Amino acid sequence: MKRFIVKRLGFAVISLFLLSLTIFVFVRVTGDPAVLLVEPGASAADLAAIREQFGLDRPLWVQYGSFLAHLARGDLGQSFYYKTDVLELYLSRLPSSLLLAAVAMTFSLVIGIPTGVIAAVRVNGWWDSAGKVFALLGLSLPSFWVGLLMILFFSVYLGWLPSSGSGTVWHVLMPAFALGWYFAAAHMRLTRSSMLEVLGSEYVKLARLKGLPEALVIAKHALKNALIPVLTLAGINLVLMINVAVVVETVFAWPGIGRLLYEGIAFRDFPVVQAIVLLGGAMIVAVNLVVDVLYAVIDPRIRYER
Amino acid sequence: MNGSGPAAGSSRAAALTLAWRFASFRSEGFPVLPVLILSVLVLVAVFANVLAPHDPEVGALGDRFRPPAWQEGGTRDHLLGTDHLGRDVLSRLVFGARVSLVVGFMAVIFAGILGTALGILSGYLGGWVDQVIMRVTDAWLALPALTFAIFLAAIVGPSAMNIVIILAAVYWTRYARVIRGEVLSLKERDFVRLAIVAGCSKRTIMRRHILPNVVNSGIVLATLMLGVVIVTEASLSFLGVGVPPPKPAWGLMLADGKKGLMAGYWWLTVLPGTCIMLLVLSANLLGDWLRVKFDPQLRQL
Amino acid sequence: MKLLELRHLSTHYVSARGARVTRAVDDVSLTVGEGETLGIVGESGSGKTTLALSLLRLLPPAARIVSGEIWFEGEDLLTKSHREMRRVRGKRIAMILQDPLASLNPLFTVGDQVAEPLRVHEGASRGSAWARARELLRAVRIAAPETRVREYPHQLSGGMRQRIVGAIAISCGPRLLIADEPTTSLDLTIQAQYLQLLRDLQRDRGLSMIFITHNLGIVARMCDHVAVMYAGRLVEAGPVARIFSSAAHPYTQALLESIPRMADGRKRLTAIDGQPPDPVALPPGCAFHPRCPKVLDRCRKEAPPEVRVAASHTSRCWLAS
Repeated sequence: MKRFIVKRLGFAVISLFLLSLTIFVFVRVTGDPAVLLVEPGASAADLAAIREQFGLDRPLWVQYGSFLAHLARGDLGQSFYYKTDVLELYLSRLPSSLLLAAVAMTFSLVIGIPTGVIAAVRVNGWWDSAGKVFALLGLSLPSFWVGLLMILFFSVYLGWLPSSGSGTVWHVLMPAFALGWYFAAAHMRLTRSSMLEVLGSEYVKLARLKGLPEALVIAKHALKNALIPVLTLAGINLVLMINVAVVVETVFAWPGIGRLLYEGIAFRDFPVVQAIVLLGGAMIVAVNLVVDVLYAVIDPRIRYER
Repeated sequence: MNGSGPAAGSSRAAALTLAWRFASFRSEGFPVLPVLILSVLVLVAVFANVLAPHDPEVGALGDRFRPPAWQEGGTRDHLLGTDHLGRDVLSRLVFGARVSLVVGFMAVIFAGILGTALGILSGYLGGWVDQVIMRVTDAWLALPALTFAIFLAAIVGPSAMNIVIILAAVYWTRYARVIRGEVLSLKERDFVRLAIVAGCSKRTIMRRHILPNVVNSGIVLATLMLGVVIVTEASLSFLGVGVPPPKPAWGLMLADGKKGLMAGYWWLTVLPGTCIMLLVLSANLLGDWLRVKFDPQLRQL
Repeated sequence: MKLLELRHLSTHYVSARGARVTRAVDDVSLTVGEGETLGIVGESGSGKTTLALSLLRLLPPAARIVSGEIWFEGEDLLTKSHREMRRVRGKRIAMILQDPLASLNPLFTVGDQVAEPLRVHEGASRGSAWARARELLRAVRIAAPETRVREYPHQLSGGMRQRIVGAIAISCGPRLLIADEPTTSLDLTIQAQYLQLLRDLQRDRGLSMIFITHNLGIVARMCDHVAVMYAGRLVEAGPVARIFSSAAHPYTQALLESIPRMADGRKRLTAIDGQPPDPVALPPGCAFHPRCPKVLDRCRKEAPPEVRVAASHTSRCWLAS
């Protein structure tokens, strides 16, 4: 158990190291990094100053060492546009992203779990077919297009919902739905397959042998077990939602991390873009680690593997 | 296909199942509709010059925001209307098919070559080569694909060719993972062992014995990735870091279309999105069918 | 009146498009008297488990009971509604499944799972159901039931879990207990203890039992009657002593000869030459004829009818008639 956790921790550290190395190498080898690290339209003197400041004339490994040292101190650089510390900027946008992700996750689970359960219980029936079509559409329609269509329908034609911005409950509905749509399909697919597996298990057979009403068999014995992988995926997806919301946040002008990334591109604010990629990768490494360790704690079988 | 099963469930169920089968021919037969759509799109892309009634990049400002021909104010000259610069939407859609397909196919192929090569090396050679490649794969898989792509686009700047390279750099890891798994099981098979005993070099074995056996998986995976890659390209173009204007990419058209959205110029949003949807949906259905047909091992995906 | 009487029961599996039909249970008739134990023996795939699940009408979706009658305590179970059938399961007929590791739900405590049938069938309050659950654990000889009820399945050994499954089965005082290879996944000493426990429970509570197994040694120890299944059909049935001394069917004879070779009781019945038949494409005539050492010309064309060899001893073999 301890060995497993130490091993997973080791992998996570290696992943973080490789992540930072990837980012570092891409910035250094694809042209002149000074151009990226300096404000657009800076003079030759400014460029020279940046080279001096970042030690861009030193050997690459020395540069990487200082890059890591800055990261370790939580120093992700300064935003050109906002003239503030990038980490502060990131943290100030995080609550908005979390709110959007939380509502989107709620949508995706409220839609995905019941439809997945029904599809599994009525496997190959009408509901199951409808569910398959829904899952396919969910995985095939770009979320930002869904967002644009919703604006067209609910804001322009019906005038029910605000098309962009934030502040009220009404503002969060459409972006959350557009973001949650894809994940609802993913959660539905996993709920269905997980339910099908559990419904074929011996303990569900025993529950039926006990003479329990079918509703109780499904709601108590099957669903609780089937939800474990779904909620695990949901945990990972919550982190993913924060990091893939850029198009949806752009469509709805939602002031989260994704919008910050869009501004980073639009204003050529490179330190912001770099920080968002790094932190996004780090968050995903971290959540994967947490999930693996939690699983090992919950399920004794995993510990003995390998 | 023969539809002579016992009629189970209501007629509504039967009708929907039939529609579903027609759309996908799930595991039973050839996915006719998706392949038809893909073929039409490919033909449109190839003959874009002939089919497009106007220059897709030049418009007349006097003709801005014209609705499609069947709506009031529309003209026959612009069947599907015009955009905010008065460019013909139909022509841009037609040329957009070319951009989407060329970028999509090339990215999928580049990523496939890179990922397959590294997957074979990693799986066959094992040892530290495997460790290095797999740790890099893990790390790259942790990067949210779209964010990673945006980051790369921010470094190298926008151009159609750069987008291809970026998408290949982001998505090769998907192939590497799967192909490595396949190679690990192939390695234990008799014909590979025989080749080793016969004294073939590692290079020969990888090229002559391993590669031909993973090509199927690679093609199935590529078809499934096509949809993902096209959506990513559209997203990048929509955000302004993809295909640079004034080139007619569907993602770019959606970004432009947003300018007329609040005024209710629906065709600028609905039409390009529908094209993306048809392309992605068809690729996914074809990929699904191929997966079930040729590569049962990939079913878990 | 017998407790249970099956008349010409047939259960078929139908493939998704209805193209292939598997006769998992084919025209089976048998009886179980009060307090008796019937052993059902056969290779895997011979239809034993399908037969048991047919009794409880808990078949997988692809399976259908196509004909026959199941008389239990004077009622035909096949005419009952789903709701009525639910009140039979767990209350009047209980079943123990093969795998003790898999048949308890990992997310609920032992007490919850043992008390559940009592709460559903008898409307017992939580407190009294749990009190009775502790008694039931004591009845299946689990030490310290007060603490065990609050534990989860993974905290218990395989043998203990199987005894808990037994406790669940007897919780509502059923008249008939079906045990489907209940000891296959246990090791030998535990197996013997468990079989002893089942016998004691049966004696104390006057249960009738159907014991499904591939192990004739267990049949000799546990059962009064034995029924031998082959490819969905009952090929021979009769009192245990009678069958062991003078089996009429070559298949039964072959099974009996193979006993010493499966001393550890875990091996499947593979000692007979040839493969079990493909259930989708059964050979014409008697299904056993390709493997039968005493095969006649007639066996290849005509399936033998059930014949009475002696009082309560039947066989489906041309040699017996």
